[in-house]
Amino acid sequence: MDRAKPATAAYDEMYTAGGEVRRHYGVYSDWLLRQPDDALRQKRTEADSLFHRVGITFAVYGEQEGNERLIPFDIVPRILSADEWRKLAAGLRQRVKALNAFISDIYHDHEILKAGLIAPEQIFCNPQYRPEMQGMDVPGGIYAHIAGIDIVRAGEGEFYVLEDNLRVPSGVSYMLEDRKMMMRLFPELFSLNRVAPVEHYPDRLLENLASVAPAGVADPVVVVLTPGAHNSAYFEHAFLAQQMGVELVEGQDLIVRSGFVYMRTTRGPQRVDVIYRRIDDDFLDPLVFRTDSVLGVPGLMSAYRAGRVTVANAIGTGIADDKSIYPHVPDLIRFFLGETPLLNNVPTRVLRRRDDLAYTLDHLDELVVKEVHGSGGYGMLVGPTASEAEREDFRLRILASPEKYIAQPTLALSTCPTFVEQGVAPRHIDLRPYVLSGRDITIVPGGLTRVALRAGSLVVNSSQGGGTKDTWVLED
Amino acid sequence: MLSRTADHVYWLGRYAERAENLARTLDVQYRLSLLPHEARADGLGWKQMLITLGFEDAYLERHETLEPHKVVDFVAFDRDNPSSILSCLRSARENAHAVRGSISSEMWETFNATWLEARATAPSRFTARNVAEFIDWVKYRAHLARGVVLGSMLRDEGYNFMQIGTFLERADGVARLLQIRLACEATSVDGEPVAHDYYPWTVLLRALSAFEIFRRVSRNSVTPLRVVEFATFRTDVPRSIYRSAELIYENLRAVANTQSSETERRAGQLHAALRFGTLEAMTAGGVDRFLNHVLGNTADLSDRIGRDFLGHTAAG
Repeated sequence: MDRAKPATAAYDEMYTAGGEVRRHYGVYSDWLLRQPDDALRQKRTEADSLFHRVGITFAVYGEQEGNERLIPFDIVPRILSADEWRKLAAGLRQRVKALNAFISDIYHDHEILKAGLIAPEQIFCNPQYRPEMQGMDVPGGIYAHIAGIDIVRAGEGEFYVLEDNLRVPSGVSYMLEDRKMMMRLFPELFSLNRVAPVEHYPDRLLENLASVAPAGVADPVVVVLTPGAHNSAYFEHAFLAQQMGVELVEGQDLIVRSGFVYMRTTRGPQRVDVIYRRIDDDFLDPLVFRTDSVLGVPGLMSAYRAGRVTVANAIGTGIADDKSIYPHVPDLIRFFLGETPLLNNVPTRVLRRRDDLAYTLDHLDELVVKEVHGSGGYGMLVGPTASEAEREDFRLRILASPEKYIAQPTLALSTCPTFVEQGVAPRHIDLRPYVLSGRDITIVPGGLTRVALRAGSLVVNSSQGGGTKDTWVLED
Repeated sequence: MLSRTADHVYWLGRYAERAENLARTLDVQYRLSLLPHEARADGLGWKQMLITLGFEDAYLERHETLEPHKVVDFVAFDRDNPSSILSCLRSARENAHAVRGSISSEMWETFNATWLEARATAPSRFTARNVAEFIDWVKYRAHLARGVVLGSMLRDEGYNFMQIGTFLERADGVARLLQIRLACEATSVDGEPVAHDYYPWTVLLRALSAFEIFRRVSRNSVTPLRVVEFATFRTDVPRSIYRSAELIYENLRAVANTQSSETERRAGQLHAALRFGTLEAMTAGGVDRFLNHVLGNTADLSDRIGRDFLGHTAAG
């Protein structure tokens, strides 16, 4: 099997453009070359059966009995050097700090609007803005307690932030399970390499949640709120609750009585102080948000506003991870922190601006155009692969309401060697580190690496053929 | 503990035990059906098994005639029969899934793996033809699960509720197993009771994993009444009804709350009836009646536990 550097234009994590193995991949690469393909294939089969037995699956709707599927796990790790990680972590810390300051400002004094950096209609006409949060204080001024920041590498290996996920970012359980699986399948690799541990994430998460409990609560009761066993991320909800040693509750398990939130237990109602919710804002409280929601807790918002319970992430964080706000994040860092941004944004054209609009319409075949409130690849035009008719259709939609769109260059995401049917071959990847904000900011080294398993594909989403890899940060 | 969590672990205990009890019940009937005189009895044992398990109507809706391999299939493998062994393994797994964060990972993996293997192999490896192999497998997985529960589950209320579910189900299952045998006995040959039918009762003892125990502790030969007494009143036999009643009572006291005193009293009453019951008193009032009384008690306790602890509003 030829495992030499493949011909690809993208930055490869393991090999330089000249085909040399990068220094931090040296030990792994030597090891990999010694492994016969059959042995690797057998390890991959073993991983699949283990994941099935352990039930690390995501639910697929509308299928009987076998309605849980595996997210494919790749046995080749993605490796970051200590130096790369230090830079990345500093940038993430800075970015999330600024985003929290921004959300606090939006729900309090609107300094950013007064400074003219963001147009008021971008906030107040945005469905992600929650007027219910206006003027309300939250513990520590923290809104996005758990942030998942999607990072890609392009060009010569520079990091770019592709997206900030500040509502209910998921996937951290795969980060933990992928590590467990790697250690089980290839224990020798962990004695050959100094890989920074990630297993303490649940402890950090619990500490972080406890640190934002309502003032005066000495020993806060933390719970994880899930939509239930049929939710696609249920495994993760149960996993995190179990790892933290807290109750996994559904909306029906909680009640609001005389202003406080309680859970129904075998010994009667018990107070709840911090809710790590994995339910969207819209479904949290049928008295305030969607009235047809059966997943939420009637009265939760009033207890929350009275400061008797902490909801993490806070309600209304969506205002800061919206694509219409994304282009402004570097400005937010400068405005709120007085610092120079350490991480790049993908250069983004905002079509509400006339010159950006004109440029975009001239270069539709090169750009990716995204709807600002869309997500998951909906309402998106990928210029280079779209047909002439699709581009024309999009041109009309853009002209009708340019303020609804942004445009970005098509990035050549970095590749990483991946074990596929044909053997080891390069596939495109991204990275989602998890940033915890409470009394302090904590980042467990690495994050979740997603990989597009189809050759040439840039789509890493699990719903569209994406898989995951263990992510190693090497220690010095 | 969350009422919903307690509810799921309770049912996890019940379904896991039910699968095992069904396997043991099927085991008895299957072994007996291989005997010449049972074959003569024209499927009576199979019919009696369906009746006592409460499966008769559901079976007749699906099959016109009573044929042993169809009965085996219905009890063991039929996915549309919500009480088949396979369905019980699935229900156990679903309840474990709903609380996988509250039970140990090893427990979850065990119940999940059991179901995955049953689902994958039941139509191919296991069929009505080699049901004995399937029964052994179900028992083996039950032993494994029991060990995992003992060795990895936190001794909190969840454990208590799981035990309560398990032993209510076991008391129920053993009482029914005895009833099936007694009913066959009472009518087997020309309506004449056969007093010393040795073989069926040793098979029953074996299905309760109690044949060797019987030999060790009772120097007498195997007779129907001795087996009934043995399976009902002994405290040192793991699958006896008394042992189950004792554990139900013990675990119920551990979780007592402000509204459960009547339920506790009734569990104590059942416990006392078995603790101080005698074979003489039992036969005087009728063995079947006594066993029906046990079944009535377990059903009543199940309803009451649902209301007192598990957040059920209506009975059942």
